[in-house]
Amino acid sequence: MTLRRKLVTYSLTLVTLILFLITIFPFFIIVINSAKASLEIMTNPITFPKHWGQLLTNIKIIWSKPTIRYSASLFTSVVITFFSLLTISIFSAMAAWVLVRTKSKASTFIFLLFLSGLIIPFQVVMFPLVSLFRIINETTGIPMLRTFHGMILAYIGFGAPLAVFMFHGFIKSIPKELEEAATIDGCNKAQVFFLIVMPILKPIFVTIIILNAIWIWNDFLLPSLVLGVGQDVQTIPLAIRAFAGSFVKKWDLIMTAVLMAAAPIVVGFLIAQKHIIKGMVSGSIK
Amino acid sequence: MGKKLKSKMFFWLFLAPALLSFIIVVVIPFFMGIYYSLTDWTAIAGIKPNWVGINNYKNMFKDIAFQYSFIRTFVFTLLSVMTINFVALMLAFLVTREIKFKNFYRAGFFVPNLIGGLVLGYVWQFIFKSVIPQIGDVLGIDFLSNLLLLADPTLTLFGLIFAFTWQYAGYIMMIYIAALLNVPQELIEASEVDGANFFQKFWNITFPMIAQAFTITSFLTLVNSFKQFDIIIALTNGGPSDIYKEQIVNSTELLAVHIYNVAFKYNNMAEGQARAIIFFLVLSVVSMAQVYYNKKREVEM
Repeated sequence: MTLRRKLVTYSLTLVTLILFLITIFPFFIIVINSAKASLEIMTNPITFPKHWGQLLTNIKIIWSKPTIRYSASLFTSVVITFFSLLTISIFSAMAAWVLVRTKSKASTFIFLLFLSGLIIPFQVVMFPLVSLFRIINETTGIPMLRTFHGMILAYIGFGAPLAVFMFHGFIKSIPKELEEAATIDGCNKAQVFFLIVMPILKPIFVTIIILNAIWIWNDFLLPSLVLGVGQDVQTIPLAIRAFAGSFVKKWDLIMTAVLMAAAPIVVGFLIAQKHIIKGMVSGSIK
Repeated sequence: MGKKLKSKMFFWLFLAPALLSFIIVVVIPFFMGIYYSLTDWTAIAGIKPNWVGINNYKNMFKDIAFQYSFIRTFVFTLLSVMTINFVALMLAFLVTREIKFKNFYRAGFFVPNLIGGLVLGYVWQFIFKSVIPQIGDVLGIDFLSNLLLLADPTLTLFGLIFAFTWQYAGYIMMIYIAALLNVPQELIEASEVDGANFFQKFWNITFPMIAQAFTITSFLTLVNSFKQFDIIIALTNGGPSDIYKEQIVNSTELLAVHIYNVAFKYNNMAEGQARAIIFFLVLSVVSMAQVYYNKKREVEM
């Protein structure tokens, strides 16, 4: 390597390092301030905490605070995210598969209908959705607002357009002969889908699950409308909102709550990092 | 049962779960929304909405707060799209070079994207209010000590852009990385032989080659900036106040927040809905124009 080239590489590395430090600075602030008591955080927001033991104390406070109900909120977030991811990916793959394999006016129209969902912003449908959920409750007796199933149904509806679109593109590239061979071997259509097609779709499943996991875990507006802030059933973002709203300027506890909200997904990311980055890249250019 | 009928039934059976959910959650509410925007809908159970025609739309354009919000949203979107794309492209450039630990850096730059807008809004609120002035005190820089980012209506918008860029640039970076890795190395080398400098190489080769990614990234950043809600709610909650046309307005009440506030805070569901319809129309027109314009500049390989 020439000297000039070396110099360029060193300065690029230095710039990258500086940008990296700026990127992780807020995380550093969260961690050091989660281990402080209220007085200390006011006077010294940028120094290391005096006693790291305070972190445990703060976590215990958040865990047992009746206003935030952390364990119940965590449970709700996990259940809603898990079942939404499962249903969005499987239902969308099923729909996309029959849409690709059936050539008819209906299938073209339905595919376009799903596509139109990609350009409709949430703001246009959010108030009427709440209203419709209330109407469903009044006419059928099935409660939709403030329920797990109402929330999951909403996520399928909003998640399906993108998922159907991505599966559709991928399924088109799968040779039909594979499915025909399975049919000759005696598979019925459902078996062809679940035993032959689904395993081939694995990479796109991973991408869709990652994209939706980040969105659903962090979503605030939709659950705030369907579940409501400060109600019995609440996800972690709703809990944080209710908590930060009621404890104005209790920054030590807000920081701890923030840490506890971000930790599960950041840890999940670090574990599955390779797949996620691969999935993000393949999902983003499709 | 005939074979054709059976296959038809199978088609609808496989389609039903996704399609019905989509229809219930998006399609029906969409048409209900258009209807509600033309009534005096209150969302209170038992009160039937009355038809008022385009009254809600007329009121909207007369409303100073709406005009202000509209302009601010455009400014925010324009600046966000530029900063996010600039930062993301720069990051993508750096981590596709021969530097050590580039996978580590890629992951690091992506991490802010995992944190939801609401949560990170609180973090940035704390940083702007407590951390930056404190750093100013320690370093003896008066400018930082007195930098009240969230109190000054002009500066606050930049605070929002900063926080949003911090969150989103890593995601956009991923798309640019994918595009940069697809640029044929021979082209770059050939231009080097011809004596092209860094900017010539970028402008004449890399930039046209990643134009397709550029269409996608500008679309994504545009749509997401326009719809921004969570960060604003947690970071500024619409404030601080500003004066516009001799009226007091909320300086960071961008359209998504404005719609929400009109409906809930000022308890006017029908007008909120009418604003949402306009929001949809404007967003569709702007984003489609953007894609159309960028598509024209793409080069085919």
